[in-house]
Amino acid sequence: MQTSRGSTGCRMRASALPPWTRRLPSGNGGAKPRVEFTDDQIERYSRHIILPEVGGDGQRKLFAAKALIIGAGGLGSPAGLYLAAAGVGTIGIVDSDAVELSNLQRQVLHATSCLGRAKCLSAKDTMEALNPDVRVIPYHERLSSANALEIIAGYDVVLDGSDNFPTRYLVNDACVMARKPLCHAGILRFEGQLTTIVPGEGPCYRCLYPEPPPPGLVPSCQQAGILGVTAGVMGLLQATEAAKLILGIGEPLIGRLLLYSALDTSFRDVRVPRRPDCPVCGDSPTITKLIDYEEFCQVRWSSTDQVGGGCDCGSS
Amino acid sequence: MTIESTEERAADVRVDLRGTPCPLNWVKTKLRLEQMKEGELLEVLLDDGDAIRNVPRSVKTEGHRIVKVTPVGGDFSLLIEKRGDG
Repeated sequence: MQTSRGSTGCRMRASALPPWTRRLPSGNGGAKPRVEFTDDQIERYSRHIILPEVGGDGQRKLFAAKALIIGAGGLGSPAGLYLAAAGVGTIGIVDSDAVELSNLQRQVLHATSCLGRAKCLSAKDTMEALNPDVRVIPYHERLSSANALEIIAGYDVVLDGSDNFPTRYLVNDACVMARKPLCHAGILRFEGQLTTIVPGEGPCYRCLYPEPPPPGLVPSCQQAGILGVTAGVMGLLQATEAAKLILGIGEPLIGRLLLYSALDTSFRDVRVPRRPDCPVCGDSPTITKLIDYEEFCQVRWSSTDQVGGGCDCGSS
Repeated sequence: MTIESTEERAADVRVDLRGTPCPLNWVKTKLRLEQMKEGELLEVLLDDGDAIRNVPRSVKTEGHRIVKVTPVGGDFSLLIEKRGDG
């Protein structure tokens, strides 16, 4: 029986580990993969290994974990960077876009020299340069009902860094259907939201927001702006949630919505109950197939305004 | 029947960490202990100075028992009893 000690010296038994760790293959308290660390790895991850809550076993869990990040943008950049630094062994990055100049105010995975390059490839280069122990799998495509379940299937945890509501709902629904934990964040102007969705353990995104908002109601970062560092804060909080799930430590934000305001540096925590009548995770789901909301969600701009190609309602 | 005291038992595992700086000497000690069973003894050789000051403290904070500390030339031998399941 595996035990670990908190910093106060008290022991936690493997049977008391939260349910989601039993669902993550790398979090299985019964199995103990015997990866031997090289001297460089011992040095690289020493600050993790020293932590009583992590140790060598925790670092091995990170090596074995597979995390999928939707979007290599404002949220996906800090999340990807730090999960790579942490040694998460396999990190998928889904992004169909190319690096643009306006990205560089906050999307720290990319550099000026990468302008015009596919973001998922730029992300891969940065992350693997930071940590050669990490394998980054780029998906240079848009997530849709046709590919979401297939892509998600290969991962233990998903981080939603998308910048639009259709993708947000698609990722939520796919994770609920595939029973994958999902770390969700959203940002706009000076504010951020964060929650962790573990299907079967707590609410999903639709328990909170059953339907996408009408097109044009919620502006995107492109329209309303975003303080660059706010994206950094929220992306890192997302990565923190993912790390906690992988390691099986702490209290993930299940059934809670964290609200952050950069201007007054305040954090608020709101309880979110699971809805028994939720259309996708409820007792009698009415949504059993993935929906591409794109066709219902087009922002139309006059020729004197910005042209938003496709749907850009949402934020990232 | 005589029961060998912990102090008299030979170490089950020995690791020479002389020349290994802090905190890597503790990290390597900790990694080795993780792979051992409760009650087993680990002997580590440590440099004088920071090493022998810091490592025993970390060992105790982690919950293991320092059985004895023995000078070895200008360095030290630290005998540790593993506590907690392997």
